[in-house]
Amino acid sequence: MKPLAFLRTVAAALLRRSRVESEMDEELRAHIRNRADDLERSGLPRAQAERRARVEFGGVERFKEECREALGTHFLETLVQDIRFGVRTLHKSPGFTLIAVLTLALGIGATTALFSVVNGVLLNPLPYKHPNRLVAIYSKTKDFRRFAISYPNFLDWVRDNHSFSALAAFLPEYFDLTGRGEPEQVQGERVSASFFPLLGVQPILGRQFTAKEDRLDGRPVVLLSGGFWKRKFGSARDVVGKTLTLNDTVYTIVGVMPANFSYGPSANFQANCDVFVPIGQWNNPIFRERQAAMGMDAVGRLKPGVTLVQARADMSLVAAHLAEQFPNADKDSGVTVIPLKQDFVGNVQPLLLILLAAVGFVLLIVCANVANLLLARSTGRAREFAIRAALGASQGRVIRQLLTESLLLSVAGGALGLLMAAWGTQAALSVLPEALPRASSVHLDGHVLFFALGVSILSGILFGLAPALRTRHVDLRETLKEGGRGGSGARHATQRIFVAVEMALAVVLLVGAGLMTRSLANLWSVNPGFDPHHVLFFSISSPRPLGGTPDDVRTAMRQIRRQLEAVPGVQAASLVAGSQPMWNDSELPFWVAGQPKPATQSQMSQALFYAVQPDYRKAMKIPLIRGRFLTAQDNEHSAPVIIIDQEFARLFFGHRNPIGQRIHLAIFDITPEIVGVVGHVKQWGLASAESSVQAQFYMPISQVPARFLPLLRTTPVVARTRAAPASEVAAIRRQLAQVNPDLVMFGAQPMESIISASLAARRFAMILLSVFAGIALLLSCIGIYGVISYLTSQRSHEVSIRIALGAQQRDVLAMVLGQGAKMALAGVGIGLAAALGLTWLMSHMLFGVSAHDPLTFLGVSVLLVLVALAACYVPARRASRVDPAMALRNE
Amino acid sequence: MAPDTRLLPGTLDLLILKAVSLGPLHGYGILVRIGQISGGALLIEQGALYPALFRLVRQGLLKAKWGISENNRRAKFYELTAAGRKHLRQEADDWNRLAAAIASALGTQPEEV
Repeated sequence: MKPLAFLRTVAAALLRRSRVESEMDEELRAHIRNRADDLERSGLPRAQAERRARVEFGGVERFKEECREALGTHFLETLVQDIRFGVRTLHKSPGFTLIAVLTLALGIGATTALFSVVNGVLLNPLPYKHPNRLVAIYSKTKDFRRFAISYPNFLDWVRDNHSFSALAAFLPEYFDLTGRGEPEQVQGERVSASFFPLLGVQPILGRQFTAKEDRLDGRPVVLLSGGFWKRKFGSARDVVGKTLTLNDTVYTIVGVMPANFSYGPSANFQANCDVFVPIGQWNNPIFRERQAAMGMDAVGRLKPGVTLVQARADMSLVAAHLAEQFPNADKDSGVTVIPLKQDFVGNVQPLLLILLAAVGFVLLIVCANVANLLLARSTGRAREFAIRAALGASQGRVIRQLLTESLLLSVAGGALGLLMAAWGTQAALSVLPEALPRASSVHLDGHVLFFALGVSILSGILFGLAPALRTRHVDLRETLKEGGRGGSGARHATQRIFVAVEMALAVVLLVGAGLMTRSLANLWSVNPGFDPHHVLFFSISSPRPLGGTPDDVRTAMRQIRRQLEAVPGVQAASLVAGSQPMWNDSELPFWVAGQPKPATQSQMSQALFYAVQPDYRKAMKIPLIRGRFLTAQDNEHSAPVIIIDQEFARLFFGHRNPIGQRIHLAIFDITPEIVGVVGHVKQWGLASAESSVQAQFYMPISQVPARFLPLLRTTPVVARTRAAPASEVAAIRRQLAQVNPDLVMFGAQPMESIISASLAARRFAMILLSVFAGIALLLSCIGIYGVISYLTSQRSHEVSIRIALGAQQRDVLAMVLGQGAKMALAGVGIGLAAALGLTWLMSHMLFGVSAHDPLTFLGVSVLLVLVALAACYVPARRASRVDPAMALRNE
Repeated sequence: MAPDTRLLPGTLDLLILKAVSLGPLHGYGILVRIGQISGGALLIEQGALYPALFRLVRQGLLKAKWGISENNRRAKFYELTAAGRKHLRQEADDWNRLAAAIASALGTQPEEV
């Protein structure tokens, strides 16, 4: 209904009501007058006749009420009437209203905030055309379910499949931008010409890539991202046709993509991509090798009518065919096809749903608290309800009135909560940006508003129902006679149950938060295999190859290291190509010399490789177990050597001494000798061994075969600093500029923050669960405090008599505390049982602690009981200090 | 009015319809007419008449319009609708059948069983 039409209906209803009311009035008065006339005619004096007529007629108000019901008054009329009355009632007790609304705002606000995150991340469709037809596509190898695709395989998939209307590949690349002010590192993405059309994203200016440009002989063209266009060109409309020099190649700008375009989170798509170039133009020979995958992933659009299962079967056939044709590269490998949204956010889905459930618990506690407030209040109002019932209000009518009041409270709370949610969501996201994919799509939209309204109404009914239904059992005559001292044992039982339930919910949340906190503490104490303290991690990049010949490149790399170590604050530094701990992984297939060579490369074992300089071990402080680490003498002129880690030694040499053994590296085509063993480094993060590839080896960066050297144009660096790593960034940058003014340093961050980022999702969960648990604890304490205060005030008469009869303060204290302890223990009991049943849901987020960790369960129980008793102590003390004479006189 | 005869539930509606079927009446008129036709034997709580009237109007068995009463006052007159007339006939038949059955049942003598 449009707002205006709605108002008109309300107005019409109000008009109708006043007319019906006045006519009803007139009709009933006419009746009484007619009767009085008749009685007068039969001989009664007028005054007496009128009185008798009124008595004979009965209760006018009651019949009017019945008439209104018979008439079926317009729903809106009653609603407006109820709302008016409700507002007046609530206005009369501002303290109660304020507390109820604030508590509700907290509960509804927190729930709405979390829902807006779930909505943005999990529920909102991806911002592409027909997004549920899109899938993410990866290679599947024996070690990895989602592995990079080699370009030749990709081209064959495009040619051979029958399931996709289009496939597009993408590969991240850092470009050095020169010729436009200071040399600058820009984040780029090589994409298929089909990439944007497949997603259904149009350029806001110019055109997309053509198929002809997506080939080796294509003209160098570039598409700008909206952000880069604004930053670098001031959003000038005439940018199309201009040029951009990237990595010393002149690209023609053909178009600009929308500023809000994003893809991912995806490991191989840069989150803040500046430029896009056609992938097919890349002339790197290794990129064209079938057995080398360089971090390229793909996206596909299913043909109409083709299901995911069919597409998977189709791609398996395609892969099997390729495995036959190219056994060396493709034997035993397949294709992974995942719905795109699942690919983007699948890993946070369980986490978010757990958090949503947790915040739902908080809301339930809020509802129980407000329900208890209402119950306590309804005792005081019993007389009011009795009077209304005596005046002819039906039970349904009273219940409706009470529900309207609760709904007023919950909707007011909801409105305030929505404000809190809007603010809270943004605050939470700005604190923890890296933890959440699609964070940018989290905002208040129609769904969230609808959700907030729905939750408000539902909770209004939930907490309003118990007190409203209570009124059914009120004995009219008893209540009126007793002068408002109503209240039955049953009502108190409801309040006690509510408190116990609150406690139980709080226990579950506290256990969840406790388990998460212990997991995180355990994770922090995990030794990553190196000492991240005072290690700076950054990358350097240059627009041109570091040198003309391979020897020049190697010399340049040595020179860079010398310059880095010349910075006074730097103790040791090393370029590190290939893998970097918790940052990037790169594997090489190999087999141990002396063992039979596997028939194909895809059947070989994989090991993580780190191409480093001699000071890497010093910079990272990785322990040396046996043999030696790399030295300056291990260079391009000496025999190839590697250092393996303990896992490598254990897996491939068992108890034999690996020193002096050799391995064959398939792609590099060298057979280095093992000269040392070092400690294992937690490549895949502190928590898990999610990948089966655990063997690691280190090789001198100068022994990387010549044809791979051009790939080292952008190289990560680790440097051990004397002071805080961040303080050395400027000095390092200055020093590098002296070697080569073209060198760009970027992405500098302390190694510790890389480790802490790897724990971001868990920390996000821990912080939110702790906040929810804290709120739950607080609310349930307020709840038990309120109920104990109420119960003791109801029993003040009894307590006074006890004291008058000689009970000690101690006895009263014990009695009241005992009452509280009973509720708390019942709650803890139920809560522990519920927690036992629920915590397995979060077992995948736990580390080093069982989902049924007895210490956490016990600690939480003790904490809750103690806090509950503390909350009961205040009313208990008050009760024990009652002056019996005063209290009894007040009765 | 006789103080000792209470109405069976549901019979008030029937009596109202019957009273009105003899010609349009206002509320008090209906009450008087019921008194007349029942020979003063049936007790109606006066106020209870009105919720019943409102209900019958809502059910479409009666229609109401404002007019001028015999003593020149504005009054709301009720009359039967076509549906009301049909309903009355139906209900009267049912009532008579029921009454006859009950009467027959109550008149049964022990030896007849």
